[in-house]
Amino acid sequence: MEPLTEDTVNPDAVAIRIENLTKTFRKGKSYFAAIKDLNIVVNEGEFLCIVGPSGCGKTTLLRIIAGLERQTGGKVIIRRRRVNRPLTSMVFQTDSIFPWMTVEKNVGYGLDMQGVPKAVRDEKVHHLLKMTGLLAFRYCYPHQLSGGMKQRVNVARAFAADPEILLMDEPFGLLDEQNRLILQKELMQIWEGTGKTTIFITHSVDEALVLGDRLLVMTAQPGQVKKIIEVDLERPRDIISLRSNPHFIELYKEVWHLLSEEVQRSRQMDLKPL
Amino acid sequence: MSTERAQETRVLGQAVVLEEAQEPAAGLLNRKVLGHIIAFLSPSLILVLWEVLSRAGVIDVRLFSRPSLIFETIVPLVRSGELLRHTLVSMERIILGFLCGAVPGVVLGLSMGLFPPVRVCLMPLVASTFPIPKLAIMPLILIVFGLGEPSKVFTIAIGVFYLVLINSMTGVLNIDPIYLDVAKNFGASRCQFYLTVALPGSLPMVFAGLKLGMGTALLLIVAAELSAAQAGVGWMVWRAYDMFDIERMFSALITLAFLGYIFSHALDWLEKLIIPWKDR
Repeated sequence: MEPLTEDTVNPDAVAIRIENLTKTFRKGKSYFAAIKDLNIVVNEGEFLCIVGPSGCGKTTLLRIIAGLERQTGGKVIIRRRRVNRPLTSMVFQTDSIFPWMTVEKNVGYGLDMQGVPKAVRDEKVHHLLKMTGLLAFRYCYPHQLSGGMKQRVNVARAFAADPEILLMDEPFGLLDEQNRLILQKELMQIWEGTGKTTIFITHSVDEALVLGDRLLVMTAQPGQVKKIIEVDLERPRDIISLRSNPHFIELYKEVWHLLSEEVQRSRQMDLKPL
Repeated sequence: MSTERAQETRVLGQAVVLEEAQEPAAGLLNRKVLGHIIAFLSPSLILVLWEVLSRAGVIDVRLFSRPSLIFETIVPLVRSGELLRHTLVSMERIILGFLCGAVPGVVLGLSMGLFPPVRVCLMPLVASTFPIPKLAIMPLILIVFGLGEPSKVFTIAIGVFYLVLINSMTGVLNIDPIYLDVAKNFGASRCQFYLTVALPGSLPMVFAGLKLGMGTALLLIVAAELSAAQAGVGWMVWRAYDMFDIERMFSALITLAFLGYIFSHALDWLEKLIIPWKDR
């Protein structure tokens, strides 16, 4: 376990600082810790991937950062660089785009909620529709779209809101492999254009190494930092050629080794009361 | 076909050709047309059977009449405009009653779904009065509203009201919580949340309630016209019963079926207009 401390990062470049974060919840009469004393620093403009065994509190962590849940202890400090701009926008796990809105309306949702002037809003939405290849579908309703297209809308909606921090909770988890690879590539292109600080949760070690600047491996419940790995692979990364890159394979083995230890551990204990 | 194929595969070394699907024969007998024909034939067959059996004396014509007799009764009823007059009277009661029940039902139901204090206040009232059969309070309605139009409209309204209210409330309460998270995450205000999530998200259930309510309205019109009415399709049924005029009764019943068909299609049309995003 090696929590990132002040001297390992440049304090000016800190986007999020998470200190001693703890989240306990009740199940029947006993309390459980989903996250315990978690310390992370996320750098400005960094793409941080989080992997960990199921139930390690990854999603809870993201929901706390998004302000959808309150922690029971500790601090989350997010640096705001510009005022009228949302702190975070989330790309949700399941199908979360509104079925009653057209693609265009869905993508513009965050901007509409902020009350952005129409001209600016339309231009931003148009730009993102174009980036995600959704322009031809802008007047379609979600039920007319494939799973991959829907998730493009989800991604476009989060980028369009132009937040300080982008949060992604296994956005491609439910897609088939072909769509996943294509969307990863598209995400990389959009992200490299904006340089947004991003936290990305995934089950896939592959995905984490392809996308991330750093990779945080979490322990089994209660979630803590097991290790942070620098993914020093050159960008832009080509998803296919990475698979034969010796350094990628090395990293893959390391992460998988760490992860399997935790998965083993989580299988043995189930829920551990405090 | 399948047994043939099974036999063929047993002969080793012989090529088995799986043939392409046959294109449905262009023209009359593709599946869709066939479906339409059957949909028309099956009720027609019943009518023919009814006619034949009653002519043969198997079915008692005094009780069940027979299609040709009913047809002979309907034609003059339509020609003279009498049936139309009764239909219009009933339609007016149904539409008025439906609106008087549905509008407050939607408004209260949505408020109960959206605002917990409203729900806490009104739910006990709704839950305790909903189970009372609407027919059981008809005498009370007659005492309060008199013998005129208001009592009939109110009977229908009260039946429609509960179904629409409960469905509208459930519609709000059953919105997938993920949409609440999305609205919160993208910074929707309370008012924005109501307009962009709660209202559209509950619309499918609201419509389910309206459709159920329409079914109830048709049921209640007959009961409402049982007492103290001078016109209406429901009244026709009861009047025919008093006169033991079975053909007239069937004419009224057919009209009621027709009314039900029209209203349910009108609601379907409205639903398509208001909820274009629903996957049908």
